Amino acid sequence: MNNLIISPSPHRNSDVTTRKIMSLALISLVPAVIAAAVFFGIRALALTAVCTASSVLFEYICRRAMKREQTISDLSAAVTGVILALNLPVTLPFWMAVLGSFVAIVIVKQLFGGIGQNFANPAITARIVLMISFTGSMTTWALPQYWKPGLASDTSVIVNSNTVLTGPTPLVSGDASLMSLFLGNTGGCLGETSALALLIGGIFLMVKKVISPAAPAAFIGTVALLTLVSGGDVMYQILAGGLFLGAFFMATDYATTPVTNKGKIVFGIGCGVITFIIRKFGSYPEGVSFSILLMNILTPYIDMFTKTTPLGALKPEKEVTKNAQ
Amino acid sequence: MHRLNSIRLNHSKNTAGIEAVRLPVPAYVKIPMSMHMGAPCTPLVKKGDTVLVGQKIGDTDAFFSAPVHSSVSGTVKDVSDYRLINGMVCKAVEIETDGQQTLCECTPPEITDRESFIKAVRESGICGLGGAGFPTHIKLNPKGEIDTLIINAAECEPYITSDYRQMIERPENVLGGIRLVMKYLGIPKAVFAIESNKPDAIAEFRKLTGNEPEIEVYQLPSTYPQGAEKVLIHSTTGRVVMEGQLPSDQKVIVMNVSTAAFIYKYTQTGVPLVNRRITVEGSAVGKPCNVIAPIGTMVSELLKFAETDTENVKKLIAGGPMMGACLINAETPVVKTSNSFLADSDYTEPVTTACIRCGRCVRACSMNLMPLEIEKAYKRKDTAALQSLKLGLCMNCGACTYVCPANRKLAETNQLAKAFLPKKK
Repeated sequence: MNNLIISPSPHRNSDVTTRKIMSLALISLVPAVIAAAVFFGIRALALTAVCTASSVLFEYICRRAMKREQTISDLSAAVTGVILALNLPVTLPFWMAVLGSFVAIVIVKQLFGGIGQNFANPAITARIVLMISFTGSMTTWALPQYWKPGLASDTSVIVNSNTVLTGPTPLVSGDASLMSLFLGNTGGCLGETSALALLIGGIFLMVKKVISPAAPAAFIGTVALLTLVSGGDVMYQILAGGLFLGAFFMATDYATTPVTNKGKIVFGIGCGVITFIIRKFGSYPEGVSFSILLMNILTPYIDMFTKTTPLGALKPEKEVTKNAQ
Repeated sequence: MHRLNSIRLNHSKNTAGIEAVRLPVPAYVKIPMSMHMGAPCTPLVKKGDTVLVGQKIGDTDAFFSAPVHSSVSGTVKDVSDYRLINGMVCKAVEIETDGQQTLCECTPPEITDRESFIKAVRESGICGLGGAGFPTHIKLNPKGEIDTLIINAAECEPYITSDYRQMIERPENVLGGIRLVMKYLGIPKAVFAIESNKPDAIAEFRKLTGNEPEIEVYQLPSTYPQGAEKVLIHSTTGRVVMEGQLPSDQKVIVMNVSTAAFIYKYTQTGVPLVNRRITVEGSAVGKPCNVIAPIGTMVSELLKFAETDTENVKKLIAGGPMMGACLINAETPVVKTSNSFLADSDYTEPVTTACIRCGRCVRACSMNLMPLEIEKAYKRKDTAALQSLKLGLCMNCGACTYVCPANRKLAETNQLAKAFLPKKK
């Protein structure tokens, strides 16, 4: 019995690891990817593959170049890749998708120190960068089964010039039925269409206790409430656009959102308010990504004001008076 | 009443059904003069002296301490220096046993009132047998009035079943101890707090206390760290022991179930604390068991008795897997606070990766602390932040490290940070 291992307690660890959490996140995204493939065809899968592979590759190169330990096996880069793909329209050129992965992984994530250190959501930031850089390509929304003859107009994939330039078709046109919004039978990004698929993934993550319902509930609830107060169509505003994708998969990102449930609720409400304001008054038709990015920036401050109260902790004022005596 | 944060562990109470057996008298014991919180004792014997079981071999005038008694009969081989697990050095009495286990003249103490009861408790050498080892006579002498005696029968650490075996094998001693403490301290109510994973003990004690409404058997959820003093007080009474307070400030005394049982036994026989029920477990142990071993017995004797594959032990833990301390070798004596030894053959140290801010440590902490923030504050050596994060409330239960998906040593960092903080004047 020589060379016994000496280490501090505890001597057991739970089997939940970062890699396992990321695997569960990947599994939760499967329904949305399948829905994208059903509605937008094989190119949706190809785009997802391009985003995922390039994200993982950029992470690998980056870690190597920075001479840091390799982190691609924690699968967080893969998760970012899939989420990024869900934020892109199916017709986006592959090279733009790769550029998006570069922004997400290299600029937003690795330059700030890698997993857990980035202050902004990589996929959201990449989407916004692409949106502003390539507004045309990023707002070219294909209709489901766009390849079928008769569905598309003149140039085969594009719906019409009006919506091409203005944004998510259902949010702008307001003519999609609730059922097609719920199932995903509308135009939009890969992951913005099927609320059902996103809901399945979100609930899966909650059941597996990977994410807390606090932020998604606060986010969606706030949008619903504000829409109701302003006399809008509540169900339509909830189901159309990127709300579910943002609420379940991006407003719940660990690194860029508050740690405590109190903080997550504040974060969700903030996202909801900003989304509503942009949708209602802004020139952009969709505000989910901007709302999350803006709240990402506020996260350290939310964290500061939503710390837990330790059990039996004395109030600081009391301590001050005690010390003064 | 809201539930405190907690975690669920695999209980692994594999030895629950195994009756404790007496360990054959070892040839040699080494009894340290400091086995728990408080001042070390001064040896009362010297090399060559003959000692009997129960004979006092160490005592001190210090109030915050308890005397030490010989657990065997034999000859003192040496009084040597011994390095404790916490790094301090104290004297230890080494005894070669004669195998006879001749008992010294022990007479049951004469107890008439609170004062003589507390005096008897001190003379018995008892300290809290749950692990921390707070001298019991001090706990039983609180300043203010106490309205509830809480008996800690949670045994929330995995593997350990020594308290459970005490409850099953000698329930009358447990209840006897409870009644004595209630009687002499004038405590009107006792809560026997036990985790739901011991249903037969719960049924037994409900039956035995059927006509004693002043003793309530309280079923706790089987979560960790349910047996931690502050958590237990909150679970059973809803009271919160504030920062810097003792349980007695909230009018409660928490006592381990085996401590209560020992007090009763001592008042009946007069034999001081000389042996302990100990669980021997772990993946290297061939025959996991509960043994009653003399204090001072080498851990190697226990491992041998439990048919341990000593060649393949990778980690040897005194205590449970969550809060136990690693031993550097098996030539370490059993002390008053030993309740379990775990010998693991399959241990691999997990790889630590970056914090992903998932918040699991925050949701695991019974004290509502934020281990991830404490870690950051410690890294930047921010004393003010550490204090405002109430680092001092951490009881090192290890739940944060256990749940961390990045395998960060959060509990260890908390301890390091505590050591870093300037001591309060």
